[in-house]
Amino acid sequence: MHELSLAQNIIETVKQNVTADELTKVREVIVEVGAFSGVVADSLKFSFEAITSGTELNDAVMTIVDIPFCLKCNDCGNETSTEIPMLLCSICGSSNTQILSGDELRVKELKIAEE
Amino acid sequence: MEIIKIERKVLAKNDAIASEIRGKFEENGVFAINMVSSPGSGKTSLVEKIIEYFSGRVNISVIEGDVQTDLDAQRVSAYNVPVVQIITNGGCHLEANLVNDSLKNLDLVQTDLLIIENVGNLVCPAGYDLGEDMKVVVISVTEGDDKPLKYPKMFINSKVLVINKIDLLPYVNCNIEQLKQNALKINPALQVFEVSCTSGEGVGKFCDFLESSI
Repeated sequence: MHELSLAQNIIETVKQNVTADELTKVREVIVEVGAFSGVVADSLKFSFEAITSGTELNDAVMTIVDIPFCLKCNDCGNETSTEIPMLLCSICGSSNTQILSGDELRVKELKIAEE
Repeated sequence: MEIIKIERKVLAKNDAIASEIRGKFEENGVFAINMVSSPGSGKTSLVEKIIEYFSGRVNISVIEGDVQTDLDAQRVSAYNVPVVQIITNGGCHLEANLVNDSLKNLDLVQTDLLIIENVGNLVCPAGYDLGEDMKVVVISVTEGDDKPLKYPKMFINSKVLVINKIDLLPYVNCNIEQLKQNALKINPALQVFEVSCTSGEGVGKFCDFLESSI
């Protein structure tokens, strides 16, 4: 359970990307969370709300965009998404594969209220 | 609403410090492994076995990560190797800044192999780069053969799997072939070693592999 420290990292990133004036106007923080990023989205949101409450970011909500696990097989060419992320192609059994998505943990964008 | 594009990894700061650490390791010719597992899989016992095996031949330093106590550092210091204990005080994993700070207390010039023993936890340490050359995931047969499927990220991010406590196989409900099959389904590139830190079986093979990587 390290969502609290991740939420702190996210707040730091927000602060680095807005002016002091804009900080209180941040309304939405959009975060991409991959299926095997190891992060519990609800815990991350809860942590964010808990540590922004009563601060300049009080009015900001966190929106999580779920990114599914997707694997591309370099042998059979198929792109697959298994429930459990595995690097072995579930169609042809090849180990010559690459992860296309699913390990993201990224602050995508912020929405700022205009005057 | 005005939109500000960020597109920044949440762990960008950790990753930047990890790169800095990796630079220090390269500069000083240090090969570093980040040992991860559930609590009680035998990481510290494996550290002890590695130190015994390389005694006098390879200069080893150890960083011990635990939520509480310096019990592991005490165990390791009995072998007369430099050891630093990081106590996370509740933190479920080591982060790069903690490792970077602890490096001040180690002589990297005099280190060939640095073993970072992470906090016992099969989830959180998977996502944190500590500047290591490879993650070594340890699993003991008492944990059951389904763990790679339940904690896939750790197995995806590791290069080596050490299956420990194989001396207990006759007594526990664990099919080691199934365990290996599950792990290799998650990550077919895993190098797998079977060891018993109690009997010493298999430890030499794993250490020889480490030595060839240093």
